[in-house]
Amino acid sequence: MANYAIIGIAIFLGTLFVGGAIITSKLLAFKTPHSRRKVEAYECSEEPIGDARIQFKVGYYIFALLFLIFDIESLFLFPCVTIFKKVTAGSITETSPAVLFVELGIFLFILLSGLVYAWKKGVLIWE
Amino acid sequence: MNDIAFPTTNAIGDLVRANFPASSAYIINGILGIAAVLITVALIPVFLVWMERKVAAHFQARLGPMRVGFHGTLQSVADGLKLLFKEVLKPAGADSFGFFLAPILPATASFLVMTIIPFDHHLQVTDLNGGVIYVIAISGLSVFGILLAGWSSNNKYSLLGAMRSGAQLISYEISLAIIMLLIVLVSGTASLREIVLSQQGTVLDWWIFKLPGLGLVAFIMYLISSTAELNRGPFDISEAESELTGGFTTEYSGISFSMFFLAEFVNMFVAGTLTTTFFLGGFLAPQIGLGTVDLLFDAVPGFVWFFLKTCFIIFLFMWFRWSFPRLRVDQLMELEWKVLLPINIIVLVLGAIFVAQGWILP
Repeated sequence: MANYAIIGIAIFLGTLFVGGAIITSKLLAFKTPHSRRKVEAYECSEEPIGDARIQFKVGYYIFALLFLIFDIESLFLFPCVTIFKKVTAGSITETSPAVLFVELGIFLFILLSGLVYAWKKGVLIWE
Repeated sequence: MNDIAFPTTNAIGDLVRANFPASSAYIINGILGIAAVLITVALIPVFLVWMERKVAAHFQARLGPMRVGFHGTLQSVADGLKLLFKEVLKPAGADSFGFFLAPILPATASFLVMTIIPFDHHLQVTDLNGGVIYVIAISGLSVFGILLAGWSSNNKYSLLGAMRSGAQLISYEISLAIIMLLIVLVSGTASLREIVLSQQGTVLDWWIFKLPGLGLVAFIMYLISSTAELNRGPFDISEAESELTGGFTTEYSGISFSMFFLAEFVNMFVAGTLTTTFFLGGFLAPQIGLGTVDLLFDAVPGFVWFFLKTCFIIFLFMWFRWSFPRLRVDQLMELEWKVLLPINIIVLVLGAIFVAQGWILP
């Protein structure tokens, strides 16, 4: 657990470092008088029309869902792959390499068939 | 407890341990290590920006920066100072909290990954037994910074650029994670230090060669995914000037912009160090089986080898950038989901077969 205490300190000091740099710059920076043009959103000298929070492609959402599935998958595979070598070497005897391999295979097969389904449905085509 | 703590150097670490009780010495060593990594993080972009500009220039038969310092070595220091004195402009209608929080996230995340990188036998801030999972989790944080920057800027270019970057980052992260799983599978441990130690021996014991054929495929897959994850080279659609102005950094100026810039270059360094750790034997000296040469190479400190290997990988990233044309956004997504991901899953299953059958070079 002590290692994670170090990581905790690192998170604190890292945020302090970056935040400190930003605050230092705020104190040191040269400032120009405020004007309407200065704070206008940069759209290559055009006047911005409407709000910038526009509707965008729904495709991003589908890719986010796919990412979620495969990221969780790698997390679930993690314990399996960590012990795999120890099981084949025989230092863990609760399970056998064949069982682990079949489990790995079934899990990956289900995920891959999901990917193939999405592929056939045309989800992966970016328009 | 002392065995877990890797101090900045042996000498300093031993000095602290001799003068403080065990538990506080551990924390003090950790803080010293973190301070050393923070200084490194501040210096890396200075060097890498100069290297990037010089490499780019020589690829195009130019000289690059020459005026400030010897062969322009101080150019990036000058640029950094200039950015420090620039005003941070916040566009009208931008979300203040998100706008100022966004640059902190990627910069901190890139620094946090550095804390568990083994630079040498005893040159590591701390070693986690789940190091690989930590790397995957922390490097995922920078996506939040990018999406937050795009959403809070109140600029259409920023929003679209951030969405593209986000989609690209999360897609290629899966490929990276699967290759990392392969390395965990074949080395049997998730601690970065032990992954390096599992490659002891000659050059042929590095994971790039130790798995016959498969290691090289995994290495190439890892390089491609890393390049995409860094938003650079042929995969820099989020910063495609001709379409999206500056991507998610369009509205950023001064120090806030330089924090994104810092994160980008530190991430490049981290990608280099991780590739070195996973495939090229980390801090181990290359042993080629010739007595005298091996002794000579072994006498060079481990961190020198580590930085040489890392610089080689970074040079490869820069080389890619000037060798391949930029991909379109649809080609980019199809490359990941239809090519890299199926190949990587097959590589992972093959890795399991290799381990089970013992097809690993002795």
